[in-house]
Amino acid sequence: MSKTLFDKVWDSHVVRKIEGGPDVFFIDRHFIHEVTSPVAFLGLKNRGMNVMYPERTFATADHNTPTINQHLPVEDPLSANQLKALEDNSNEYGISHWGLGHKKNGIVHVVGPENGITFPGATIVCGDSHTSTHGAFGAIAFGIGTSEVEMVLSTQCIMQPKPKKMRINVNGQLGKGVTPKDVALYIISKLTTSGATGYFVEYAGDVFENMTMEGRMTVCNLSIEMGARGGMIAPDKTTFEYLKDKPLSPKGEAWDAAVAQWETLKTEEGATFDKELTFLASDIEPMITYGTNPGMGIGISNNIPDADTIEGGVATYKKSLDYMGYQENDSMLGKKIDYVFLGSCTNGRIEDFRAFASIVKGKQKADHVTAWLVPGSHEVEDKIKEEGILDIITEAGFVLRQPGCSACLAMNDDKIPAGKYAVSTSNRNFEGRQGPGSRTLLASPLVAAAAAVTGVVTDPRDLL
Amino acid sequence: MAYDKFNILTSTAVPLPLENVDTDQIIPARFLKATERKGFGDNLFRDWRYNGDDTPKEDFVLNNPIYSGKILVGGKNFGSGSSREHAAWAVYDYGFRCVVSSFFADIFKNNCLNIGVLPVQVSPEFSEQIFNAIYEDANTEIEVNLQEQTITIKSTGAQESFDINSYKKENMLNGFDDIDYLQNMKGEIETFANGLML
Repeated sequence: MSKTLFDKVWDSHVVRKIEGGPDVFFIDRHFIHEVTSPVAFLGLKNRGMNVMYPERTFATADHNTPTINQHLPVEDPLSANQLKALEDNSNEYGISHWGLGHKKNGIVHVVGPENGITFPGATIVCGDSHTSTHGAFGAIAFGIGTSEVEMVLSTQCIMQPKPKKMRINVNGQLGKGVTPKDVALYIISKLTTSGATGYFVEYAGDVFENMTMEGRMTVCNLSIEMGARGGMIAPDKTTFEYLKDKPLSPKGEAWDAAVAQWETLKTEEGATFDKELTFLASDIEPMITYGTNPGMGIGISNNIPDADTIEGGVATYKKSLDYMGYQENDSMLGKKIDYVFLGSCTNGRIEDFRAFASIVKGKQKADHVTAWLVPGSHEVEDKIKEEGILDIITEAGFVLRQPGCSACLAMNDDKIPAGKYAVSTSNRNFEGRQGPGSRTLLASPLVAAAAAVTGVVTDPRDLL
Repeated sequence: MAYDKFNILTSTAVPLPLENVDTDQIIPARFLKATERKGFGDNLFRDWRYNGDDTPKEDFVLNNPIYSGKILVGGKNFGSGSSREHAAWAVYDYGFRCVVSSFFADIFKNNCLNIGVLPVQVSPEFSEQIFNAIYEDANTEIEVNLQEQTITIKSTGAQESFDINSYKKENMLNGFDDIDYLQNMKGEIETFANGLML
């Protein structure tokens, strides 16, 4: 029977099949961070277990780190304690640890690919739902809970029923100012936040084939926001060029052997999916969200939908608009904003900073806007400096912060104040996600940049 | 950490008929700073439950003394968003042993099963019946029978069966977890790992 890309990677990692139950599923690469790993290590200790393959686990601190003055001790004692726990646990069990201040430190889903830890055909997990990012390389990558982190540490396996398969095709050419983030937000707005629950997605079609690795990572990153466990894209020349010579990528003959194997990772002709959806690139415009889940997005020139046109609960919908301080039928264009956040595992890569700079170049940040520009890693930060992007954004009145998850989940001090509106390049606009009472408008780096210089929601195509 | 056995749970229930309840609502990120699994129940639904000055919000169901019990009944797409197991811990620590919804987000459901909280998925119609029964009489008891895979509204006798895979069911009936299983097959895992290229 013809196999999909997903079948090939999944089936080759099943250690044991349990009748009427999940598969025992082997994990090639495991990322850990300070927030979801401490209790897993505690469990390990309580049961007197060891880490089975420490060389397959990689630790980085990102969720709960400051994005200024990283050379100083972390002020919040609880945060400092979590960082210390990650360091101590990593040292105790021989796990590579890129803590705060390490030159390779950064957001787990940015530093993994950057260093060649991620590879095509791999199975990758982390106690973080945006692990789906790594699917951009043709890997099966998904988020797990802390109990499962403990399983991976102790046995390198988790127990998972094989998900159903969905293929999402987007064909054609994207218009001016339409980015991978818009493609993802568009798909989520069509599927809703639960439309792909129970499925693993393969993205196919010209739009993804023509996308850079950074763009593919943005798309796969957001798979979880439509409920999918993960999403993946078949590896191709773009993938191999990105990975070649990365610090931990295979070298020499091992590289050639790996590429030969990776080239087989494609969905075969005739392979079937449980569900297949097709969209047209020309239907997608720059997107923005107006509500409190990532499915509540519209093309930036559209109005907020009527409650009657929404599938599902009207009460939930109205509660959401009420929280946002918006009305049905409002236009999003021209809405005043207070904060802009550029960063996160969704849009904290070099291309995102290039896109932001392309709009703000020669303009000035709006006076009333507070902007937080947070690179995904030190490597991204270095490139921002090398490519002259730092000069552009500095001249435009912006300040570059230090790497971390930052205001995406606001565990550190980067919190949007109650009632304030933030155009954010991150992944979730849930109530209070960016700080208690904060109101988030999810969008691309271009839309964020346009809002940052005008102070209101603005169509970036007018500024390009 | 193996957990308590789950067999038959008969309890009153707490209704939360909102859709898309995400794990940031169940437990906001700023309460994830602990390095031990303790006290998460205090911050369950923190920002819906308390005002900024920590006074309780009167209109939130957990602050309404007429509703209590070990079963939480949520709306469609319960537990979406972040993979934080802390959300399941908070539900457990508060005292719930079962969550009922017409649709669960994947990772939350998994996390519940891994710590001994039973996620029971019912039809939208049955979900509606449960909400109606609770709103009619807050003392309505719901019976969840894992062995039989049934959920019953005691006052009306309405019953529906629910799905759970047989492996997880055995685990919950016996209080075993996946680590107990995996620990017993390390040799097989090692052989598998030895055959991998990378």
